[in-house]
Amino acid sequence: MDHFPTNWGRPRNDAFDAYATHPIHQRPYNGPKDTFADGVQHTQQPIVTGTSVLAIKYKDGIMMAADNLASYGSLARFKDVQRLHPVGQYTVIGAGGDMSDFQYIQHILEELSISEISAQDGHELGPVEIHEYMSQVMYARRSKMDPLWNSLIIGGFKDGKRFLSYVDLLGTTYSASTLATGYGSYIAQPLLRKAVEGYEDTLTEEQGRKILEDSMRVLFYRDARSLNKYQIATITGAGVSISDSLHLETTWSFAEGIRGYGAQTQ
Amino acid sequence: MNRLKAGEVNLGTSIMAVQFDKGVVIGADSRTTTGSYIANRVTDKLTHIHDRIYCCRSGSAADTQAVADIVHYYLQIYAQMNGTAPPVEAAAGMFQKICYENKDGLSAGIIVAGWDKEVGPSVYNIPLGGGVFRQPWAIGGSGSTYVYGYCDATYQDGWGRDETVNFVRNTLSLAMSRDGSSGGVIRMCVITEEGVERLFVPGDQLPKFWEGREVLSAPVRKWVSEPVPMAVE
Amino acid sequence: MTSIGTGYDLSASTYSPDGRIFQVEYANKAVENSGTAIGLRVKDGVVLAVEKLIHSKLLVPGANRRIQTVDRHVGLATAGLLADGRSISNRAREEGANIRSTFREQATVKAISQRLGMYAQMYTLYSSVRPFGISTIIGGVDKNGPGLYIVEPSGVCLGYHGAAVGKGRQLAKTELEKLKLSEMTTREAVMEAARIIYLVHDDNKEKEFELEMSWVGSETNDTHLPVPDDLLKEAEAKAKEALETFE
Repeated sequence: MDHFPTNWGRPRNDAFDAYATHPIHQRPYNGPKDTFADGVQHTQQPIVTGTSVLAIKYKDGIMMAADNLASYGSLARFKDVQRLHPVGQYTVIGAGGDMSDFQYIQHILEELSISEISAQDGHELGPVEIHEYMSQVMYARRSKMDPLWNSLIIGGFKDGKRFLSYVDLLGTTYSASTLATGYGSYIAQPLLRKAVEGYEDTLTEEQGRKILEDSMRVLFYRDARSLNKYQIATITGAGVSISDSLHLETTWSFAEGIRGYGAQTQ
Repeated sequence: MNRLKAGEVNLGTSIMAVQFDKGVVIGADSRTTTGSYIANRVTDKLTHIHDRIYCCRSGSAADTQAVADIVHYYLQIYAQMNGTAPPVEAAAGMFQKICYENKDGLSAGIIVAGWDKEVGPSVYNIPLGGGVFRQPWAIGGSGSTYVYGYCDATYQDGWGRDETVNFVRNTLSLAMSRDGSSGGVIRMCVITEEGVERLFVPGDQLPKFWEGREVLSAPVRKWVSEPVPMAVE
Repeated sequence: MTSIGTGYDLSASTYSPDGRIFQVEYANKAVENSGTAIGLRVKDGVVLAVEKLIHSKLLVPGANRRIQTVDRHVGLATAGLLADGRSISNRAREEGANIRSTFREQATVKAISQRLGMYAQMYTLYSSVRPFGISTIIGGVDKNGPGLYIVEPSGVCLGYHGAAVGKGRQLAKTELEKLKLSEMTTREAVMEAARIIYLVHDDNKEKEFELEMSWVGSETNDTHLPVPDDLLKEAEAKAKEALETFE
């Protein structure tokens, strides 16, 4: 919004500041402006956004978590959006960032899956292929100066092998036994590393769920664009399973006795 | 980021759509502005897309009209091609596609709602970036930000037609009273299998809520106790 | 065909004086020479089956498929020139994807079939092209339930309960007419389809053949898939058994 009162509601004769309410050197230009003066703008901004995605390796495969919120700036606009998306029988793709771009990604992956099915060549898309494909798409779009505004985590289990990798709007990729996007990469990633690294082959599903739940809780406490409603996906030899929405239990009772911000006692 | 082009007509708006068991109720205010000048005080923002599909438009009037016209055209082709009325999902999908693929050039926030024989009533919200979200109720436009809390607190699953119409009327009235870019009259449509019914609330008959004094003058001090004459020795 | 040799059969863009297009009729001959293909539209899905004649013992089993997947929920079987079948299935995939992207909705079997019909018809209008030497059976399930259509070289597209094209189509049609298709399950239809293909195959005249079968419906979660090996084996065994009692 334009916060200069002199610019409000005066469609004509705005070329000068009649009441001299601005210091001369800061006076905004209100004269006629070519519609195309700004040129063509490609690199958009994210509008309806999702926050962090977390993922870990564990004994049986991969586990991933994301909350159900799609924000509109600071407005919590859509509160039951699914940000974990299954692709084929072996892969889950979790997305943070712009939700319209994520829906577009779901759409192109659907097209890819159909062309793969119709080829009938005995090959099936696994997490490795999907990650490679997405990294090519993301890099190609950033090279057109028109990126898909997302951080994606791609996890899967195929032919007895776990796969967990990341790709973002720049086409950057990396792989690790714990991954987190957005706020999660600051807050949850250290917690995940401490709990998972070195235990990838021994962590049970129950332990894995606990680690993710604890991390999602910390994120809910500290990420202002997060929600206490989330889902967990597991990808194992048995296939993909995405939970119903889960509710985070949180603790606040300790705050009852807090008084003021320093010396205050009552 | 200013999404309107210079001098563009803006539907700074309050729009809404709510589904109920037998259909949907959609509604909108009637104000269209250029800057702070009301270019049209009796606008119809409820746009016919097909026999049982309407949309509510917010953002640039020119952009949303152009998009609605294109979808209207394609849905006529769809109906001819398939010999059946198009489902609401298809209409929403086409709006979404256009809004997404042209997100750099459009400022359009559209709610698509209607009734079809496959799923019955449905409401789809397509906000600025061009995503689609199916919702039981959707609000949009600049006025909507003032009434999210009211909707969250009021909406209940399982309403009938009359309760739903009431909800839409009350919500829009509240939004119009707080948003300077919304106002005028309330137009509503009830879309069911049977047909589309138009409802109208004139600007002087909008539902009223608390209208007491919001800003108070300096408090009038009362004596805490009666003045007592000084004792004379 | 009295007008043969009079020059009216050289181009699809020229009618004969009695109003026929010989190139289209010749295309039908190419279909008639091909191994039979059938389709059964039953209560919960569609089964496609093809009698794939093996013209060389050197071919790998399962090579040169004549049943193709068009979209998740749609498949097609062709009788006639193999390469034309491949080309039309590619077109069908494009049509499916095109409908999906314009209307953001899964294409109906009818819509894909009608578009293929229009495509095939385009090849009956110009002297520079030859009509498709295939008849295509398109089968699948969509929001309207199971659907089964045939697109002929002329571009005609019609819906069927049971469809048969190729060499043994006459016998196949009489067999299909005996079935209560609308009361049958896809599992039962697999057995019948195999039996019909085995029945119409002429052992004396033809070389060996391979039975190729696919299904789509409630058994496959509405996905077009080849009939699983064990079921195919079972159907073949039953078909052979039925063949002995038939004669």
